[in-house]
Parts: sequence; structure tokens; C-alpha cells
Amino acid sequence: MEVLKIATAGSVDDGKSTLIGRLLYDTKSLTEDKLEAIEKTSRQKGYDYLDFSLATDGLVAEREQGITIDVAHIYFSTPKKSYIIADTPGHVEYTRNMVTGASTSQAAIILIDARKGVVEQTNRHFFINNLLRIKEVIIAINKMDLVGFSQERFNAIKADFQALMAKRDYAEQKITFIPISALNGDNVVTKSKNIPWYAGVTILEHLEHLDLAAVSNSGTPRFPVQYVIRPKTQDFHDFRGFAGKVYGGELHVGDEVVVLPSMTKSRIKAIYFHNKKYSTAPRRSSVTLTLSDELNLSRGDMLVRAGDLPAMDKEVTATVSWMDAHSLVTGKKYKVQHGVHKVWAKVDAIIHKIHPDYSGIEENVSALQMNDIAKVRLRFNKPIFYDRFKEHRTNGSFIILDSSTNNTAGVGFID
Amino acid sequence: MNTIIEEIQKTETIDAMDRPKANALEHEAIYIIREVAAQFERPVLLFSGGKDSITLVRLAQKAFWPAKIPFPLMHIDTGHNFPETLAFRDKLIAEMGVELIVRSVQDSIDQGKVIEESGKYASRNTLQTTTLLDAIEEFKFDACIGGARRDEEKARAKERIFSVRDDFGQWDEKNQRPELFDMLNGEIEIGQNVRVFPISNWTELDVWTYIEKENIEIPSIYFSHPRKTFLRDGLIWSAADDIVFRTEDETVSERRVRFRTVGDMSCTAAVESHADTIEKVVSEIRESKISERGARIDDKRSEAAMERRKQQGYF
Repeated sequence: MEVLKIATAGSVDDGKSTLIGRLLYDTKSLTEDKLEAIEKTSRQKGYDYLDFSLATDGLVAEREQGITIDVAHIYFSTPKKSYIIADTPGHVEYTRNMVTGASTSQAAIILIDARKGVVEQTNRHFFINNLLRIKEVIIAINKMDLVGFSQERFNAIKADFQALMAKRDYAEQKITFIPISALNGDNVVTKSKNIPWYAGVTILEHLEHLDLAAVSNSGTPRFPVQYVIRPKTQDFHDFRGFAGKVYGGELHVGDEVVVLPSMTKSRIKAIYFHNKKYSTAPRRSSVTLTLSDELNLSRGDMLVRAGDLPAMDKEVTATVSWMDAHSLVTGKKYKVQHGVHKVWAKVDAIIHKIHPDYSGIEENVSALQMNDIAKVRLRFNKPIFYDRFKEHRTNGSFIILDSSTNNTAGVGFID
Repeated sequence: MNTIIEEIQKTETIDAMDRPKANALEHEAIYIIREVAAQFERPVLLFSGGKDSITLVRLAQKAFWPAKIPFPLMHIDTGHNFPETLAFRDKLIAEMGVELIVRSVQDSIDQGKVIEESGKYASRNTLQTTTLLDAIEEFKFDACIGGARRDEEKARAKERIFSVRDDFGQWDEKNQRPELFDMLNGEIEIGQNVRVFPISNWTELDVWTYIEKENIEIPSIYFSHPRKTFLRDGLIWSAADDIVFRTEDETVSERRVRFRTVGDMSCTAAVESHADTIEKVVSEIRESKISERGARIDDKRSEAAMERRKQQGYF
């Protein structure tokens, strides 16, 4: 079955958890015991409606404060597709969680409260989804019931948002506006009778129609060597298999390949998945390759098709989203993990900070704090084999590790 | 091994459309398991004998074929296991030829590290945390692969794929590492370890359909069978008098049941079912209206039960 990952973003009280709860409820994905727990807690709190947000707010602290504070994953399915929702919080201070949720998603839903319209938070949500190059974005204008299901109000918000779209970097991103009421279920799964002027699809209909291959990012095939399989048994004495995942495009038996960084040429002799041989390794498959020449590859090397070489460099310019409590400082030694390849790195310069609400850039910055986004210049001790993030979402991104805490401190998108 | 070689030789001529099936969850899980073998020195696969850990074993076999799984399996034996599960475990290990480590909660009780619970709801489910943490320390395991899934429970929905535990086995849920794209950060300090969840993104139905499609053998208690049972709090309990405490008015009767999840006899409830084949089980799960953990007595203790146990080092 097809799996579609969706990131959600909304400000506090925009009704994001309610929307997710509604999606689960209307697709009959909530089981009786979960529904019972929701009814019981809603009654205890004295609500005269079902508080669906209780279905998703997992941690004790969240239930106490009534807010979502980390990325939660929610699962539901229809006969057509399986869905994974990365529920990310909408507060200013949680940019890092939104970036995280968006990094694994193919589609996004941004919520706007119809009473408040486009607010500063909306700019941030859109900025991040655009920076991460999510191909499909739904702008769900929620709480339409509280503005009398007004078409004028909907159009005014849409016009405000379109002004924002003019500033975006990734212009091919597809945007769909849908007027909804998550609390009552208007245009979430079923078409609203209260919004006759809206002829478009509901949120679920839109998601159901998305072509997974089209919304997934593609590019040229890249095969980072993850693990070398050498059984050394009697039957497989000389077997030397290179295990890894295929990114960007597919590989075939007989393809002429180049091994990086050695630049040695060879051919794909066989493609294994478990104990069977195949002629093609599709995109995102975890396979094992053997080569026609006896080459000594190790983890971190990369196989690419001859003629499709990535850039190889010890210096890159990248947009970095900082996620750690310890600030990023220039001149400090970090570890960079690019796919499965690790190198040492130093930030030579912070070129400028980018305000993630489209309010411009800031120069002469010496350090980055958590949730900052900036253009930086990095230098590595060894070359990495990369594509621009624009052309290759996987091979154009890396994470920055702080070697004193081992934390994942930031993520970079290569220019 | 000869049969596999013959199979390969048979498939030597292959047409251009021949490619592995696009099961995104399977390829993701294999990628994660290979990351464990590559990034850690002493990984272990935590094996309970339940369907999720059996699925993990199959995925690990696929990840490293034709080599053997490059890490041992470990079972934390509570002493409250279903006998069917233990028999299944031993058969699987013998067939695969991998190393199995067993550490038992009874030993932790005998050593005075934990105290047996008493009363009607006594179970060893929380006690096994201590046994697990001691075993991690004993073998200096730096990564423990487990079959937990995010759809099981609300607190698990926030769990990372690589989840760092401190040297007391504690989970700091407010200070988790962000996980971006496919990149898994396995860097840790000495004494820390990482819990790894390769089937994080699978649902219960995904696991069952995989077991069906792959024709994976599972313990017999997952299928409908007659069992001596009694009712408590609307759930069906196993009448295993030496392990499960039962009051006099809780009368035993035989029912046709099966188990949806396999924990201890003292904390896993059965469901009434006539599903005696994998096909019937899959269609029953598809139509089911009760969540899997709804039959876990240990989770009913409070709304935050799982989160509290996880903070203490529970799987």
C-alpha cells in the first residue's frame, strides 16, 4: 500500500489537533476504547463536544498545559492509502520541530484561523514548508463556522496568503486553499453543506488524489554504501555485497558506475533483495549490490552512474536551521553527517541570518541560537559528494552534530 | 544453503521489469537495522516471542543475507510467559543458528533487586525493566533493537527511531534528538545506549499483513484455541492459577480465544475469536474496533501509564 507522510502546522488554538482528531474520527480510524477515553475525558472537562485533541496530545506535560510540544506521529488509512501525520507544534520557539516534521513529509497542511487570518506564524509555517521543498501544501482555513461561512472572508485570507506566495523561493510548490470547520467536520472528510459557494475538494479527497510518485522528490540515482556484507561462509566465500538505499532514481544490473571518492569505474553485477536477484533497484529500496570488479568499498563511499557525477567539494554554502540549546559558533569543530558519511566541519562564516517570516535578512551575526535559520559557509576535512538541495532532497542535506554533547544540533540544505 | 544457491541460479535470467516489491515500510526498517550494525559495537535484538519481534527477526535476516544476523537476540524471561511462546522461541533460534541470551526476572527477585507485586493485579511487567537494564550493563550493549510501534500508544507516538537512554536507562522525552530525513545519529557517551525501533511507522495491520504475505511462522496462541479463562473488568483473563491470582467468585470457563498481543499471562487479555488461520486473523484485525493495547491490562492503570514506565527505562 502507498504511504503518504503529511506535516501539519498551525498556531496555538488554530485547531490542529482537532483537525487530526476529526480526520481519524471521520475515517473511522479511532477504535472504540480510544473514543471512549475521549468521551470520558471530554465529559470530565465539562465540554459539550468531543475534544479530539485528546487523541493526539501524548505527553503528560501536554495534557496539563493543553498544548502540543513535540513531534507526534499519527496513523490512519483508507482503502486507497496509508497516512502518517507528523503533528508539529506551532509556537515560535519550536521551529526545529516543524523543520523536523517537514523533512520526512511529502505534503503539508497549514491551518489558518478564519477569524484571525494570516498571522506572523502563518508566514513561518509557509516559509519552512517552502524551504524544505514540500511539493503539496494545503492551506486549511479553519473555524469557518465562526465567521458565518463567509466567502468574502475566505477570499480575503486567500488574497493575503497569495501576497506571501509572491515572496517564496520554491515557486513550483502547489498550494490548495480549502475552507473547513474541523470541530464540525465541514470539508475535512465530507463535503460541507454550509459552504455551497466552495466547489473544490475536501482535505481527504485532495490527499487521496495525490500521486505519490509525483509528490516524492526525485533526481539522479545515488547509492551511499551503508554496510559491507562479507559472509565468508563456504557457499559465499568471495561474496562482497554493498548494502544501502537507492536515492533519487533507479539502478540497473549492467549500469556503469563510479565509486566515490576513489573515482574507480565498475559495473553493477547483481542486485539482491534478501535471497533473490533483481534487474532493477527502484528508488528508496534497501538492496545489496555486487560489482563486476573486486573493489574495496567501505561505509560512506558512494556509487553513482558514470556520467551522473555529483559535486565533490570540501567547502559548501548552505542554509542551516539550528536546533540546539548551545549556539552555533564560527570556528568551532563540528561533525557533519551527510547521509551515512561523516566528516569534521568548521563554520567559516555566517553570511547572514534569514528571518523565517519573510521579513528579510540580518548581517554581521556571530552566532546562531536555537530556531535560527542562516546562510553559512562550511569547510570539511574531507570532500563530500553532494547535489544541491534544489536538485536532490536527500543528497543535498546534512545534519550537524555537536561532538561535545553528541546532539543533532542542526540541519543544512546545500546551495 | 544449497537450495538458496539453486534458487539464485534459477533466477539468473531476469527480465527488465523485475524489481523488489515497493513496500516502503519494509525498506525503511531494513535501512534502520543496517544502520544499527554499522554504527554500534554491541547491538542486541530484544526478542519477546511476540509477533513484532518475530517480524524484526525476519527483517534482520533480509538486511544481512547471505551473512547471518551480526548480533545476538535477548529474551527477558518474566517467568510469566505463555509456554507456547517459549517453545516457539527455542525452535526459531535452533533453525536460525543465532545466539540467544536469556535473563530472568526471577533472578532479579532472588537477588533482592525488585520485589514481587502482590494482590489481584500483580504482574511482573514493571519488574522486567530492572532485569533489562542489568543485562544491558552486564553485556555493555550500546544499542537495543525493539519492536515497539508508534501507533500502539500515545507516548510511543513521540518516540524517536534512535532513542537515547542515559546510564540509568532513563528516557528524557522533552530532550529528544531531532531526526531529519533518513539520517540517524547514533553518537553516544560510554554508558549510554540507544533503543532502536525499526518498525516505528508500522501499524498493527501492517505487521499482520506482512506476516501473512511473508508466510512467517508465529506462536499458536495468536490463533483461535480453547482456553480456560475468567472475566475481570470486562476483559478475558487466562486462568493460569500458579501465575494469575483469581478470587473465588471469578469463575473459570472454557472459551474459544486468541491473543492479539503477547505479553505475560498476568497482563495480557484474550479476545473471543474463531480466527484460526492467518487470513482470518488479518480480516478480523481489519474490522476490529478495539485497539491492540486495549487488551493490555498494564496500560489501563492510568492515562499516563506508558509514559511513566518508559521514563523509567521500560521498553
